[in-house]
Amino acid sequence: MRKWLSLLLATLLTATIAVACASSNDTTAGGGGGSGTSTLDTVLSRGSLICGVNGQLPGFSFVDSKGEYSGLDADYCRAIAAALFDDPSKVEYRNLSAQERFTALAAGEIDVLIRNTTWTINRDTALGLEFEPTTFYDGQGMLVTKASGVKDVKGLSGKSICVQSGTTTEQNLTDRFRKLNIPFTPVVFDDEDALYAAFTQGRCQAATSDRSQLTARRKSLPSPDNYVVLDEVISKEPLGPAVRNNDSKWADAVKWIIYGTFQAEESDITQANLSQSESSTDPEVKRLLGKEGTLGTDMGLPNDFVARVIKHVGNYGEIYDRNIGKPFQLERGLNKLWTEGGLIYSPPFR
Amino acid sequence: MTTTTPQFSAPPTRQTSISAWAKKNLFGDWFNTLLTIVSVLVLGWVLTTLLSWAFTSARWDVIPSNFKLLMVGRYPVNLLWRIWLSLAVIMGLGGFSWGVLSRDTRLLDRRGLIMLGILSATLVLVLALLTDPVSIAISLGLIILLVGMAFVGQQIGRVQPQLGTWLPLLWLFGFIVSYALVRGLIFGAPVRLDDFSGLLLTLFAAVVSIVLSFPLGVLLALGRRSELPIIRWLSVIYIEVIRGLPLITILFASQLLVPLALPGYIRTGRVVRALVGLTLFSAAYLAENVRGGLQAVPRGQTEAAKALGMNPVLTTSLIVLPQALKAVIPTIVGQFISLFKDTSLLTIVGFAELLGMGQTVLANPEYLGRNGEVLLFIGLIYFLCCSAMSWASRRLEKQLGTARPTVLPPDVAGEAA
Repeated sequence: MRKWLSLLLATLLTATIAVACASSNDTTAGGGGGSGTSTLDTVLSRGSLICGVNGQLPGFSFVDSKGEYSGLDADYCRAIAAALFDDPSKVEYRNLSAQERFTALAAGEIDVLIRNTTWTINRDTALGLEFEPTTFYDGQGMLVTKASGVKDVKGLSGKSICVQSGTTTEQNLTDRFRKLNIPFTPVVFDDEDALYAAFTQGRCQAATSDRSQLTARRKSLPSPDNYVVLDEVISKEPLGPAVRNNDSKWADAVKWIIYGTFQAEESDITQANLSQSESSTDPEVKRLLGKEGTLGTDMGLPNDFVARVIKHVGNYGEIYDRNIGKPFQLERGLNKLWTEGGLIYSPPFR
Repeated sequence: MTTTTPQFSAPPTRQTSISAWAKKNLFGDWFNTLLTIVSVLVLGWVLTTLLSWAFTSARWDVIPSNFKLLMVGRYPVNLLWRIWLSLAVIMGLGGFSWGVLSRDTRLLDRRGLIMLGILSATLVLVLALLTDPVSIAISLGLIILLVGMAFVGQQIGRVQPQLGTWLPLLWLFGFIVSYALVRGLIFGAPVRLDDFSGLLLTLFAAVVSIVLSFPLGVLLALGRRSELPIIRWLSVIYIEVIRGLPLITILFASQLLVPLALPGYIRTGRVVRALVGLTLFSAAYLAENVRGGLQAVPRGQTEAAKALGMNPVLTTSLIVLPQALKAVIPTIVGQFISLFKDTSLLTIVGFAELLGMGQTVLANPEYLGRNGEVLLFIGLIYFLCCSAMSWASRRLEKQLGTARPTVLPPDVAGEAA
């Protein structure tokens, strides 16, 4: 009997202690958003950035074998930390589910949401988000076999296409094919894995999804070289960071850090040639790297914030190649610089 | 009722030969034979497919290169010694309790040897995955510590037999020490609770919610049987509402609604919110299990206690609860096992616990498409943990002597009456 009493006593004690520990030690970093203080000040005084990421998406954010977050989204978290603290490791990553992401941002649990989030009018206005420049122009694409010789969407006339049910993907597919007046047979799956299994077994001539997902999937198929992702894109999915509404100071800071990576690529400033560029006499480069003018300090950032980003993370092209280009052999397409026919365009730094 | 001598025949001698056993059990009649053949074919097919996949086409390198990640997640590498140290505390305590509990028997009886064998086999598996000699040495050291502490515990237990009573408190202390170690509350460089991930988070969430839901569940069960109407109705409403909600709803609410509902200056860690959700959910189920036990205690027990002049608190804590809890150990442990597995739902609300970490590893472009390998490995870990729990519960049942008493043959019972 004493045994049971002491067991009960023990568990009750644990209960109180654990509750006490839990409540006293958990200092979740609070976000700003409140009266007057910008998230920028909160982040600077805290000394680290809390970045909401997916954490499970190839190419965008995942944990590599060394335990480090890696991917395009993670690199932009790092870029912000580099600009603010000259130290890309000053980031606390927060894995977020698709449902949780906007709540976490609204409740101030994260400072910035960089979780492959599509910029839509509804999210920008009704949901109270402030979208930052798009860092990856995704779009729905088609995965076909090389042997089929299909080169564009029109080539899929009369073919069957594997698609996931209940997604915007399915809607987009039907809309686009009806608009083009092309007959096709949709083969609908609930489960993503089943979809690609059916595709490799030849039950449909094409699989459709976002191009970033298709390229990642293509790499995991038994013989990736037999498959190709068509260049044609049938929907718009601009993915980029988002912050809370009504905090221009912070929104501007994030915005210009991202534009800095775009402009650096345009000005041919890379991680490798940064030291040469810093001694450049080109006034535009000097302004960008903070050698001249007060572009950074004017908005509460260090004057050399772009130089810091380039030093630690690289320019947009480098970030893209490291995370998407090299691992998945995905052509840049829309994500080329505007000078090369893409959409990556930074307003001038002056 | 006949009064002639009961006709007990000698117990049948057991057929020990394998062929006789097989003939009786596997090929008794045509239906059994058919069933045996079909089962063997299906089993054989599944096993050969699985094994040939595991040994030929599976690429297992994903496990060793992400082993640390799956175990402790993103815990700082230079602080890993704290994990080892807290593991040593737990292993030492485990060995000690093992020794104290088996103070009257031989330490390494057949069952003990089997368990040690399983443990060593797991260790060999782990060793095969680890390439780092230091970790191998430490793991071996931990096993030696376990056995060593078992012998120490046995010796001490023989001198101080009442020590067994205090084991739960010792465990509580051990848990607090290892928690403080892992969190870095003792030796500087604290690690935030929200940064826990991998198996570490799974185990932490499971242990804390199990330990917290137990007293809460017992209180709710007592409340439901209380004679005070308000307490009774509150308990009933709580239990029925929680049991009417799926766990995933509660977890979503804890992650999404709570931060929005709380005023801005109150901030709660998300791990804490999840733990609260798991605990509240599990407590409701536990309460019903315990209530089953309470109802199984005969009225006479309470009446006898009253007759002895015990007050209600003493009656409940000394007479009713011990018997009730003993009776429902299997269902309580079943609830704990399912709670342990339910922690995998945390993946859906964005935690990188064991399963979530597995998905993160699978998102690494280097390891795309290794779902089979990673999920099988994670499944193995869950299986090991759950079977360890159910083994422990069987030991506990035996220790408390609640295993079903041997039923007397009806005739003997009749004669005695």
